Order: sequence, then structure tokens, then C-alpha cells
Amino acid sequence: MTSNETVGNTRWHIKNVRILDPFTATDAMGDVFIVDGRFAAGPVQGMTVIEGQGLWAVPRMTDIHVHFREPGQEHKEDLLSGSRAAAAGGFTVVAAMPNTSPVIDSAALVAWERNRAREIGLVELWPMGAVTKGSAGQELAELGLMEEAGAMGFSDDGKPVANARMMRSALSYVSMLGHPIVQHAEDLSLSEGTVMHEGAISHQLGLSGAPAAAESVMVWRDVELSILTSGPLHVAHVTAIGSLEALEYAARRGAPVTAEATPHHLLLTDSAVSDWNSSPISKVNPPLRPTTHRAALRQAVASGLVSVIASDHAPHHMDEKAAPFPQAPYGISGLETSVGAVFTALLHSGLMDPLTLLARMTVGPHRALRAHYPGLVQGAAADLTLIDPHASWIVDSRAFYSQGHNTPMDGMQLKGRAVGTMLRGVWTMREGQVLA
Amino acid sequence: MRDFIKLEGMDSSDLKALISLAESLSEILSRPIKKVPTLRGRAIANVFFEASTRTRNSFELAGKYMSADVINFQASGSSVEKGETLWDTARNLTAMGIDAVVIRHQVSGIPGLLADLLDVPVINAGDGMHEHPTQGLLDLVAAKARKGRLEGLKVAIVGDVLHSRVARSDLWGFQTMGAEVTLVGPPNLLPAELGVAMTSNLEEGIKGCDVIQVLRLQHERQKGGSIPSVREYRALFGITGPRLAQWAPDACVMHPGPQNRGVEIDSDVLDGPQSAVLDQVRYGVAVRMAVLYRLLGGTHDI
Amino acid sequence: MAKAEILDHDGMRRALMRIAHEIVERNHGASDIVLVGIRSRGVPLAHRIQQNIEAIEHVLVPVQILDIGLYRDDWFQRPFNPVESSKITTAINKRVVVLVDDVLFTGRTIRAAMDALSDYGRPQAIQLAVLVDRGHRELPIRADFVGKNLPTARSEKVAVRLEESDGEDQVVLIKPENDDA
Repeated sequence: MTSNETVGNTRWHIKNVRILDPFTATDAMGDVFIVDGRFAAGPVQGMTVIEGQGLWAVPRMTDIHVHFREPGQEHKEDLLSGSRAAAAGGFTVVAAMPNTSPVIDSAALVAWERNRAREIGLVELWPMGAVTKGSAGQELAELGLMEEAGAMGFSDDGKPVANARMMRSALSYVSMLGHPIVQHAEDLSLSEGTVMHEGAISHQLGLSGAPAAAESVMVWRDVELSILTSGPLHVAHVTAIGSLEALEYAARRGAPVTAEATPHHLLLTDSAVSDWNSSPISKVNPPLRPTTHRAALRQAVASGLVSVIASDHAPHHMDEKAAPFPQAPYGISGLETSVGAVFTALLHSGLMDPLTLLARMTVGPHRALRAHYPGLVQGAAADLTLIDPHASWIVDSRAFYSQGHNTPMDGMQLKGRAVGTMLRGVWTMREGQVLA
Repeated sequence: MRDFIKLEGMDSSDLKALISLAESLSEILSRPIKKVPTLRGRAIANVFFEASTRTRNSFELAGKYMSADVINFQASGSSVEKGETLWDTARNLTAMGIDAVVIRHQVSGIPGLLADLLDVPVINAGDGMHEHPTQGLLDLVAAKARKGRLEGLKVAIVGDVLHSRVARSDLWGFQTMGAEVTLVGPPNLLPAELGVAMTSNLEEGIKGCDVIQVLRLQHERQKGGSIPSVREYRALFGITGPRLAQWAPDACVMHPGPQNRGVEIDSDVLDGPQSAVLDQVRYGVAVRMAVLYRLLGGTHDI
Repeated sequence: MAKAEILDHDGMRRALMRIAHEIVERNHGASDIVLVGIRSRGVPLAHRIQQNIEAIEHVLVPVQILDIGLYRDDWFQRPFNPVESSKITTAINKRVVVLVDDVLFTGRTIRAAMDALSDYGRPQAIQLAVLVDRGHRELPIRADFVGKNLPTARSEKVAVRLEESDGEDQVVLIKPENDDA
């Protein structure tokens, strides 16, 4: 991108770019115009011209599953470093999970988080509220008041709403509100004490594994409860073949159920645990699965059965990740590798076309959380990402803007990368440099 | 060879060389003066994060028979309880001039990661449910001493294979040496998906076997819901004199210890002519001498 | 490389017979003698001396085997070298041990062999028989019985070939090219 731009410029003309707008189902070469924070129909005076040859322009790249750790665990990440990671990764909207310390389980905390992110101004942050007070699974949190304060969904993520009666109650309750329950599906009695997927590799490494059923039995239960209550359910980070079959069943029954897949489950398999010599760098929940599950998951994302790709960005301090496997925390720092991992796994493998793939990172997440955005049309907020789909790069976790350098993709070669991120007409990242 | 972490993936030529080295060195144990000067001036740290008597003693004697200086580091009552990470513990030991670290840890994979971190050789003395490679090696030496060969032997590993690091090392070791391994035990204590022959029928598993490795039954398996009772386990999977006489009269019977007499194995078997358990213990020292000499003797051929 | 034959089959046979005579003469018979061959070529040489002694004295003296790999003083400078077991099954206490090796050079092998022997017992005496003594001692060690004294340069090599291991009996001196020494 070369230009005669000046600081404070708010008028942009991006030339010769491939516009990929899943909100309007547009895939066309053209120019994009931005005036004072909004998309414009044509050129006006004083525009800075950017050459977009070879790049893709995608509106509203959204990641509805991130952990920004503030308040309470700022040594892992905070709203500033998390926002920077989002901008660096090419995202204009993120939904932040409420398992902070304290848990985001009240309207005041929701409002505080949203406002703090706005002050930083690098990313639009959608707060998620807890389903139960303190995510303790005992009493419903004030879901209605949190929604009024801006919560876009409810989740006890990090752990499941384990009790079926509580889950039924929560799903039933949110059917009168606008936003879904986002469930971390895990049967804790099946997964207790386990650290990876149970299969050939766990048996070889002697690490105790959880069967894929530890996830899918919970997805089946929740699908039944969504059917029972008509309550909107979004299944976080699905990975297992059995879970996908439950989603098919939900679709057949017309239940309001959506689901997301993560870039790491789409790209990696449980062999990452042996490749990393049993280091917990690849420890994540749900665990990385073998190729059979990964292939089914890729197909489900391609078909739209899984309509959302979300990173489950889970930054941790490296000292914590250096603990022995059972003590090390779950999670992968994923915002800055999301586009590259997803493109490598789904686009460059020939499995998906660009517009369908990008729908999973734009319109899919909006529909899952019942959010609205018109797309790259005149007057819409200019949230835009420029992507170089063929940029080949090697992941260097030390160069992350996130404080979390924990990723088993470190050292991997990925293809596809965001090269510019614009939030409401203001560049938040250009050429990999976050601008705040 | 720089470290000794697992038998899985080891070249058969390396394994053969270690077996014959151990066979050669076992002669030292029968000398009037059980000491050779080979590792004089070398210091070895036994770092045990999990209680063990036999393996630690065996490594300590192996080091001392070869004139190395051996220190024992027990995690309990040490800096570890003050919050020191095991990586720092290990780095501190090497800063004191330790030439090799022998480590036992309750978590699978720790010795391998430690080997990545340290410049000195690391020897796995058992990690979680992963491997116990010196035990696997000594089982090979003991079986070979009894049977005269390893290639083509029919080997049954009987018991709680799922939770056993010994079973894994035995499995890879015997397979690499050309033996045919069958895992025998209750289905919920067998590692499915490993691609190895398995059966839950004891007769089918040990009939006509050349070697039977009997695993220790951890009593907590009953509490954890894996077996209904010790009594039932013995009834279904116990290695008793009559069963052995009927199904595997030529088998050499091994057990990594410590044994639960009357549970997984009966005294008449353990103390009988088919038992190789004391050979196992004896070869354990020779095997550990061989591993120490292989890693510390000579310049490192990395 | 230039090679010169130092001993042929007959020369070797005569040298070993002479050594056998000298051993018997020095020890006033063969009754207390234990021959200990140092691996690898000292072992067949010990067996030949054993046969020679039997021909002279009609006594079959025991031959034992010693591997000195574990006693080397330079193992940390060399690549890993597997060892084979020693076979010292006859009590050596209060007996005369005759160490047998092919070439005596720096003396370090013999030093290691004496250390090793002391772990098996306390012989009344240790004597040394070698097929070739090529000089260049680094330790105060000398042979009691020598088949052939051979002045050499340090850079030269002495290759002993035996029927048992190499198919023929021969001792060859190998000079490296462009050697001024």
C-alpha cells in the first residue's frame, strides 16, 4: 500500500480490490470508498488512494470467542493487548468471554468492559455475560439486565453449564431475550483428569485422554433442551463427529442451534501433542482430535452446518504453560493466526470458496449472536479488513501483539494474512503494524 | 544416542547393542570386587519426583559399580516444595556439574522435555503412564536369557495395560526385537486404538506363550470403578500354578514388581521354576550400567 | 602407503614357540600359570601359547579372557566403544598370570589390564607376553616375553593378522606416505 496519506485522514479510496462481502453475497473486483467512518458510493475530494491489487476487502471480520482476561488476569492479557491482537489478526469485532476474575455476571461489569474497549478503540468488543452467577452453575445471572447493558450472549465458558435443569432454565429464559446461550460442551465426569483426546496418540504417549463422547453427549443433551425450550443455543468450539450429528439433528428439527469451529481444530490434529514432545503448548479444551474428526469438522464448516469460525483465543503466560501437562492451563493464543490457519486449512486446500469461507468469519457470527450489519454498502460503518490471501508466512509467536505466546502453530508456515484492518474508517493495523 | 527416553521408535540395531552391552556388563556383578573405574569422575543425579525404591537403588548401584558419584534428589522435602519448578531444579543440578540426570516423574513426557532443555544426557526412570525404558530393556535381557532369543517369541502382557508405563516399554521393545505381543486384560484397562493384538480372555491370551509379563494391579482401580473387586480380577486374570501348567507350561513368567501375591500372580508361580523375577532384578542393574556407559562412555556422537 | 612384512606364518609360529619355552623356563614349569588373553587378538595368541606349553610340558594351563574397555584411561576422548565381557573363571589368587597381547606400544592397555586383573584377585606375579614390541612406551612397563622387537616411528602402524580372525598369520609394518621420520 503506497499513498500520499496524511495523519488524521478520514477519506480513503481503495482501488482494484477484490470485494468479498458475505453480508450482500458480493464477490467482485472494484473500488472501496470510505468517508468519515462510513462506506461511500464514489470518490470525493481529498481521498487518499490505496492500491488494492491482489488484495481482498472484507467487511466486519468477527471473532465471537476470545478471552481478554481483564479484569483479574492481566498478566495473561488485558483489554489493550487483546484489542491489539484482534487488530493485528484482521478483526474488527470480537466477543469476549466472561470468565475473568471477577466473572462478568452483572450489568455494571458488562458496561464497564464495553466502555473500556471503546476507550482503547482498536476493536468493537461485544461483552458476553455469564449464564450463572459467578459461573458457579447454581443461580441464573441477571441475563436481561446484562443484555440491556450490551451483552451479546451468555456463557459460562471455560466450563459447561453442567446441570441439565439449570441449562433448560437458561435456554428457556433467553428465548424471551435476543441473544443465545453459548455452551462449552463437556461432560466433566467423562473428561475428569484427562489432558488430551483419547486415541492412538494418547495411548502411545501415556497421557490420559478424554473420548470424543465427552463433548458430544453434552451437545446432544443441549440440542434436546433447545428443542424443548425453543431457546437459542450456540455450541462453542465443536470438534467431534458425534457433536456434528447432533447439530444435523437439531437442524432437522428446526431448533435454533448454531455452532462454531476453531482454527486450531480445523488445522491441527492430536499428533501436535507428540510433535511437541508432550509439551502442554498444544493442550487445549476441547482437545485436538485425529484426522477423522478434523475431516468431518472441515466438511461441516464447508456445508454450513457449522456456520461460525471463532478462535477461542486463550492467552496464557508462558510460565504457566511450562508447568507439567496436568497442571498447565488449557488454551491457544489464536487471534493472530486465525486467518492464516483457516485459509491454509479450508481455502488453499480447495475445500471452500472465498465467499463461503469468509461468511463463517462475518455473517455467520452475526447471525449466531443475532447481531445486525448491512455489509459493504453506502452508509454502513466502515469496518474493513484487507487480506492478502496468498501471503506465505511463518508463525513467530514472539512477535504477537497478544501477551499470550502460547501456540502450537509456532514455526508453522501459513498462507493468508490480514494486511490492513480498519475500524469505523480508522486504520487499526497496516502491514502488520498495529496503530495504537 | 544422547538420551534414553523411550523404547518406542528406537532402532533395532541400537536396542540390540544395548542388550549385548548389558549382557557383557552383567559379568561384573559376579566378580569378587564389583567395581570398574569406567565412570570415575562422572556425577549422576537420581532425581525422583515419585517414590521408588527398586529403580532408584538399581540406578544408584549401577552408577556406583561403574565408579560414578551418585546423588539422590527426592522431591519431597526439597526446594520443589518451596515452589521451584522442575526445570530450575534440573538446571541447578547441572550447574553443580552433574554429568547425567536420571529422572522419574509422575507426568508422562517430562523426561523428554527435560532432555530438550539440558545439555547433559537424561535417562527416563519412568514417566507417568508413558514409558519405563530401562525396565523394558531389562525385561528383554531377562527373556532372552531364558529363551535364548527374542525374535519370534510369543509374549503376553497381562493386566492393567492402560495405566502401565512398563507395558508400553515392553510392547515397543519386544515388537522391535521381532517378538509377537498380545495385550491381555479387562477391556476397560486395555489401550484401544493402539493397533496391537488384544484379548480379554486369559486362556486365549497366554496359551502357548513363551513369555508372560504380569502387571501389578493397582488397588485404587477398584475404587475408580475399573474393576468390580480384587477377588473377581484374580478369578478372571490371576496367573496361578494350574493355569500356567495347563496353558503355558514353557513360558517364562516375569513381573516388574512390586508383586501382589495372590492377586495378579500366585506364590507358587512367583517362586516356581518358570519365574524370572529375580533375573529381572539382577539384569536391572546391568541394564542401567549399560545405559549409563552408553551415554557417558565416550565422546558424544550426537 | 608402503608395507613391509615383519613376520610370516613360520616366523610367528617360531616366535610363539620360543615364548612358550621362555615362560616355562622362567616359572620352573607350568603348574601355577594362568594365561590371560587381552581382547581381541591376545586371546587366540594365548590359546596358541597354551598349546605350545602343552606340547612342551604336557600340562594344559588355563586361558582366560580380559576385555579392558571399562578400564581405559582415554575413553572420554574416544567415540563410544562397546565392551564384551571378560571371562575370568579360574581363581588367579597366588598364581602367576601371564598377560598375552599382540602389540606392546604405549603401555596403556597393559596398565588397564593390570587394573582390571586386580579386581579379580591378587596374583602372585603378573608377567607380560607380546608378539611385537614396537617401543614408544608412555608408562614404566616392559614385556617379559617378546616375539619380535621392532623399532618403529610413531606414525607407523603395526598390523597383526591372525588365522583365527583374519585368515592368515602375518605381521606388517605400514609406513604412511611422505613420512620423513
